[in-house]
Amino acid sequence: MNQASGDRPNTTLNTVPNQVLVLGQADVNRAITRIAHEIIERNRGLDGVVIVGLQRGGVWLAERLVATINHIEGETRPSIPLGKLDVSLFRDDISLRPVTPVTVTDIPADLAGSKVVLVDDVLFTGRTVRAALDALNQYGRPSSVQLAVMIDRGHRELPIRPDYVGKNLPTGRDEDVLVSPEGVTLSKKVNA
Amino acid sequence: MKHLRSIPELGVDGIVRILGLANHMAEVNRRPVPKVPALNGRTVVSLFFEDSTRTRISFETAAKRLSADTMTFSVSTSSVNKGESLKDTIETVSAMGVAAFVVRHKTSGIPWQLSEWTDASIINAGDGWHQHPTQALLDSFTIMSTLGRVPSNDCLKGLKIGIVGDIRHSRVARSDIQAFTALGATVVLVAPRTLLPPEIEGWPVSISSSLDDVIGELDVLYMLRMQRERMNEALVPHLGEYSARYGLDERRAKMLPGHALLMHPGPMNRGVEMLIDPSSLPNNMITQQVANGVSVRMAVLFDVLGGTETGAGVVS
Amino acid sequence: MKEVQLINIRGGRILDETTDAQGRLADIHIAGGVITEVVDAGSKLPKADIDLDATNCFVSPGFVDLHVHLREPGREESETIETGSRAAALGGFTAVVAMPNTEPSQDSRIVVEFVRAQGERAGLCEVIPSACITVGRAGQALAPYGELRDAGVTLFTDDGNGVQDPLLMRRALEYARDLDITLAQHCEVSSLTVGAVMHEGSCCSHLGLPGWPAIAEELMVHRDIELVRLTGSRIHFLHLSTERSVEMVRHAKAEGLPITAEATPHHFTLTDEALRSFDPVFKVNPPLRTPADIAALKEGLRDGTIDAIATDHAPHASHLKEQPLDQAPPGMLGLETALALSLTELNMDAHSVVAALSWKPARIAGVGDRHGRPVAVGEAANLAIFDPTCEWVVDREVVASKSKNTPYHGRTVRGKVRHTVFSGQVVVRDGVAQR
Repeated sequence: MNQASGDRPNTTLNTVPNQVLVLGQADVNRAITRIAHEIIERNRGLDGVVIVGLQRGGVWLAERLVATINHIEGETRPSIPLGKLDVSLFRDDISLRPVTPVTVTDIPADLAGSKVVLVDDVLFTGRTVRAALDALNQYGRPSSVQLAVMIDRGHRELPIRPDYVGKNLPTGRDEDVLVSPEGVTLSKKVNA
Repeated sequence: MKHLRSIPELGVDGIVRILGLANHMAEVNRRPVPKVPALNGRTVVSLFFEDSTRTRISFETAAKRLSADTMTFSVSTSSVNKGESLKDTIETVSAMGVAAFVVRHKTSGIPWQLSEWTDASIINAGDGWHQHPTQALLDSFTIMSTLGRVPSNDCLKGLKIGIVGDIRHSRVARSDIQAFTALGATVVLVAPRTLLPPEIEGWPVSISSSLDDVIGELDVLYMLRMQRERMNEALVPHLGEYSARYGLDERRAKMLPGHALLMHPGPMNRGVEMLIDPSSLPNNMITQQVANGVSVRMAVLFDVLGGTETGAGVVS
Repeated sequence: MKEVQLINIRGGRILDETTDAQGRLADIHIAGGVITEVVDAGSKLPKADIDLDATNCFVSPGFVDLHVHLREPGREESETIETGSRAAALGGFTAVVAMPNTEPSQDSRIVVEFVRAQGERAGLCEVIPSACITVGRAGQALAPYGELRDAGVTLFTDDGNGVQDPLLMRRALEYARDLDITLAQHCEVSSLTVGAVMHEGSCCSHLGLPGWPAIAEELMVHRDIELVRLTGSRIHFLHLSTERSVEMVRHAKAEGLPITAEATPHHFTLTDEALRSFDPVFKVNPPLRTPADIAALKEGLRDGTIDAIATDHAPHASHLKEQPLDQAPPGMLGLETALALSLTELNMDAHSVVAALSWKPARIAGVGDRHGRPVAVGEAANLAIFDPTCEWVVDREVVASKSKNTPYHGRTVRGKVRHTVFSGQVVVRDGVAQR
């Protein structure tokens, strides 16, 4: 999610001083598998479920979740739909900091009546999720929206809570959380 | 970016940035509800001292899709007709709390003069014969996206673009030449000497007085509007001769390579520069240019009003 | 109205037609409007009411501007004869030729006499009215030269317009010949400059502004040289701006034709590139041109092809200049900056600069009996006392002119008028106008 700045390095670990490894690659894999099971279980099968990754950090995670769910469910059913959503134009802080939408929004189906699972890497203030809820509305009225994140780092500014969490991680506001398929690290903000 | 006044001020990095944003806006325009709250609460005033309903509507549509409030300052019914000066007008309207003015004026340089008198952003929707930057951006976007290319500083590389007609009096031509060449295209101007600007030897273009000579080599044929008013100025002998030498007729349409795109900034002068039905050509881009105009103007408005002084950064 | 002032000027170097470029150290006493003593520096002088310190300064004859627009009568919101005279005095000018494009035009005795009287009332410099070549500057009928000559006018011009009709110009020159008057032409073939805003060249092509081609000036310079050859009358070319114009005048003078010419500081200082700002303060007629033209004007001034530096001082109230470029009137201030720009921009010594600012234009204006005279006993006390090395920054907020349209705002220039003495009165003292 956001708090990491946009030109985040493509995640080679241990290149930033004071970086602490919070989850290793195996931990990340295990968390994804667990969340996949929880999604299947909670939705009693998968009818109407659409997985939507938030650009940019949530997209790879959404792709992994879809692949894992498909693996668990086997070839017996068609792949569940996967979407991508860029919420830049829906943010409430456009005037507060520079925002440029640069990534793709691709919603595969009319969302009316579907069960949308929003996926992001880090849940922080909640403002991105709020923007995503607004954006989703323009694609139809889902019957429900759930939220899956790899890391919940606290500091919420809005009444938003995740349904699926990889790990709850207490952080300071002056810290950066980096999430990648190889692991999760915590470090002091570089240019705070 | 505080203002969008000209292509040179925007620079090639700015052009590429706008093209990227326009891609995103085009996607917004394909959504079931093509409207986002990005510029909620900002007021955009169109200040058109010269009539251009299509450009004004394109800008206002773009502003509304970004949820900005739009107002039209209609010059024909306003105090400008009662002798109010340009400076007094802009200061008065600015005082109402305006984020951006979209300005069209028959005289070159007005956007620069206005920006001395207001803190609002100025977006140039055409000044005299000088600049029409959003037209150049939407033209570049149209070519780039039609060819399936992605925004970069050489996204028009390898293309030969012929601009035909009254270059001298054309803000579209001046802006297009700068944008196309900045993005790597080769531009050839096709016009009689009387319709070329004086002393253009330093321009990054080649020049031909014969459309027949160059039409077979073009990847894009860009026809300009030939204004009938020019006939009073002894610039060409008469419209018939102009049409015969520079108009797009059946014979020339056959000489145009099959892959070549046909473009025109509109409104077309049928029977003058356009002697065929352009929709009979497979690669007629004229309607697409209009459609892309909304996406590009959304990109410009967002860049000017949603970003920072030096242009928006990137946040994921 | 005038009290008799007794003035001493000490510590300066006299620079006039009789001296070399170094000048000559001397002290001066003025009484009753006349120079009464010129003595070796430091010698005893009679007691004076006013002592002017001229240390580090040249003391030269006052400057004469062949070309100013004082806007009165008719455009008093831009300038009055009083405010324009004050600007002139601050620039070291003791005489200015008022262009006739007032409202009403200076084409009758009554308007000319009004202008002269307003100049006398202001008392800051001599205001020399010029008059129109054609009635109302309309290019249709000759103005009454005889009546105007009797009213003291010797310079006639339709400045702002060139006389387009070659027949009318021929008749004007023929008629002028026996009246011993000089016609001054604003050279512009108007059909080539319809709607023009700036010099026609690569800059105007980029900016999409209608161009004012050099040929529009040069065609009329050429025509008038040939008409002078035909008629034998005198002509003065106003504000030459192009390389070819200078070249043609050089050849014509070499042939001995009775031709004089002027150039303005803005035409030898600024180029058409200034219009890239789209600031109408840089719109002027004829327009700012190219570096090649500037080089030709400088060479023309250096070799004497161009006789005089004239300002074409053209004040416009800000509400007039703050308009679209095609509607804003052409013209810029010049009186208060002419000396400094000449010393800064021209590669000429102070003697040559003062020649072009003082005694040469004084003769063209027909006032060589009282302006541009040597600084000597018995001469009228019309003097400019200036420091040729003083650097200062032009500030449009402190100009004496009623308008602020100087194109040099913020520019550092060299050479400043310290005192001006007009008709035996101190009108500028230590850079401050005294009335």
